[in-house]
Amino acid sequence: MTTTTTTAAPRASYTRPTGVVADVVTVFTREMRPLARDPFQVVFSMIQPLFFLALFAPLLPDGAFPGGVSALQWFVPGIVAMSCLMGTSMVGSNLLLEMQTGSHERLLVAPVRRSALLLGRAAKEIVPMLAQSAIIIAAVTPFSFELHLPGVLVGLAIMAVFAVGMASLSYVLALAAEGRDWMFWAVQQTFLFPVLLLAGMLLPVDDGPAWLRTLSALNPLTYVVDAERALFAGTWPAGTILAGVAAAAGVALVGLGVGIRAMRRQD
Amino acid sequence: MTTPIIETQSLTKTFRVKKKTVEAVRSLDLRVEPGELVAFLGPNGAGKSTTLRMLTTLLPPTSGTARVAGYDVGRHQAEVRRHIGYVGQGNGAGHLQRGRDELLNQGRAYGMTAADTRARADVLIDGLDLGGVVDRTVSTLSGGQRRRLDITLGMIHAPELLFLDEPSTGLDPQNRAHLQEQIVGLHRAGTTIVLTTHYLDEADAMAQRVVVVDHGAIIADDTSEHLKGGLGVRVTLGFATAADAEAARGQVDAAGSTEAPVVTVQDGAPALVVRHRDGTTWAADAVRRLEAAGLVVTGLEVVRPTLDDVFLSLTGRSLREAGATDAGATTEEVAA
Repeated sequence: MTTTTTTAAPRASYTRPTGVVADVVTVFTREMRPLARDPFQVVFSMIQPLFFLALFAPLLPDGAFPGGVSALQWFVPGIVAMSCLMGTSMVGSNLLLEMQTGSHERLLVAPVRRSALLLGRAAKEIVPMLAQSAIIIAAVTPFSFELHLPGVLVGLAIMAVFAVGMASLSYVLALAAEGRDWMFWAVQQTFLFPVLLLAGMLLPVDDGPAWLRTLSALNPLTYVVDAERALFAGTWPAGTILAGVAAAAGVALVGLGVGIRAMRRQD
Repeated sequence: MTTPIIETQSLTKTFRVKKKTVEAVRSLDLRVEPGELVAFLGPNGAGKSTTLRMLTTLLPPTSGTARVAGYDVGRHQAEVRRHIGYVGQGNGAGHLQRGRDELLNQGRAYGMTAADTRARADVLIDGLDLGGVVDRTVSTLSGGQRRRLDITLGMIHAPELLFLDEPSTGLDPQNRAHLQEQIVGLHRAGTTIVLTTHYLDEADAMAQRVVVVDHGAIIADDTSEHLKGGLGVRVTLGFATAADAEAARGQVDAAGSTEAPVVTVQDGAPALVVRHRDGTTWAADAVRRLEAAGLVVTGLEVVRPTLDDVFLSLTGRSLREAGATDAGATTEEVAA
């Protein structure tokens, strides 16, 4: 039997104020731990993108794509975007679980800034996104995908910014849906495929009807995917890349802005 | 007089539920001195948790003020948070995390060094008997293990003031006893503790001071002994016939009784029931007196009052009934 005296609190206080960066690192580290303990979970949200890669990409005819690139060369950036969108859009469900079980409340009482609770979580999503992209690229490089490393790295940097924004929006959805898991999933599933298809992820929208092209032009992911395609092909069209950067940055700014506000309204 | 560690003035919280205003906490005035162990006792929906949530910065008060550890809960949330520990009703430890990881992370959140946190975590893990499970994923732990882990999370930074919201709910009797021991130990070491409970025996066993809350207001605030002392010990004397009981009523000394002797039937036998401030001595004296008068006492029962009796005498409802009837519109749910 243990004695009570062992847990008695010594009167010296351990606590000291922490800075914003330290708070973000605290939240980031906490989020990273389950992933580090079980790295295999990065594959979980990739199952569908990998099926598209294996069972849909072979149906695409070579030589039918802008720039005369191979079908795989054209398709892979879209799959990287799909994997990123699927992974980041569902992270809110972790927060839903934490709100439901009580650990989120514990963090709200801890001296961690509200903004850090969002920033740390959103920033962590870059890690699985990069891991998933690496797996996809590793899988296709032996085939008709030409690896242009500098372009891929810049492309993934843009995708990382987009991932932070999408993850933030997923957390906003979780905060709004608190206690109603079904609502979170209904909204997430409703948005996921239109956003993917309108970005020209599976097929180019260039030859589609005008209304579809208009919707596509309103979709920020379209610009991100266009920039990824250019960069993954080793080309550097300034306008396309800039548009992609702007779209990703826009999503990130909106996501973080709304997300931090939503997290602050928690009390 | 020392500076209070908690001081509230007219602390009020109202919620709008289906176009009706629910007053969860009404004009609460509370003062807690450093080093106290205070139990908030009341049925579900009484406003205990809502009060705790305001004191821990989770809910902004509708009106009134509260200072915790010297800081206003509305204006200086960060300072309040740094000075308190909180164990809520849910699981503080994330279900996808491992227990020790959460402890290390919690220490980090409070600005502790990694070495301090590790050392302190080891002490707590040992003290709460979590050694075998702390490196497992939280979702695989039993309810009792998770609850103990939650409490270690609330204590990792050795807060001067610890709030515990229904810490023992869902624990088996052995774990409850174990937990009470830990809380009493913490209190002895100088930590101020505020806990909520609807277990009477728990408030009774641990707290020096019991604050009885009903319908969002404090209806009593005293030591458990004083609260019960006012009621007196219930003495039941059994007799063979109702006539004997009636005769006994004329013989016993009614001075000092908190409820005058009445003749009744208990367990199918005639009985004389008295509540007396010093019931045990009175009972022994009464038996002698009655024997001397030729009246035979056939049964004797002396029952000390419980906080349930206190609640009943304060509100006219038993604690259990109050919880059941109020469950439909619990303000705790609204607050959560």
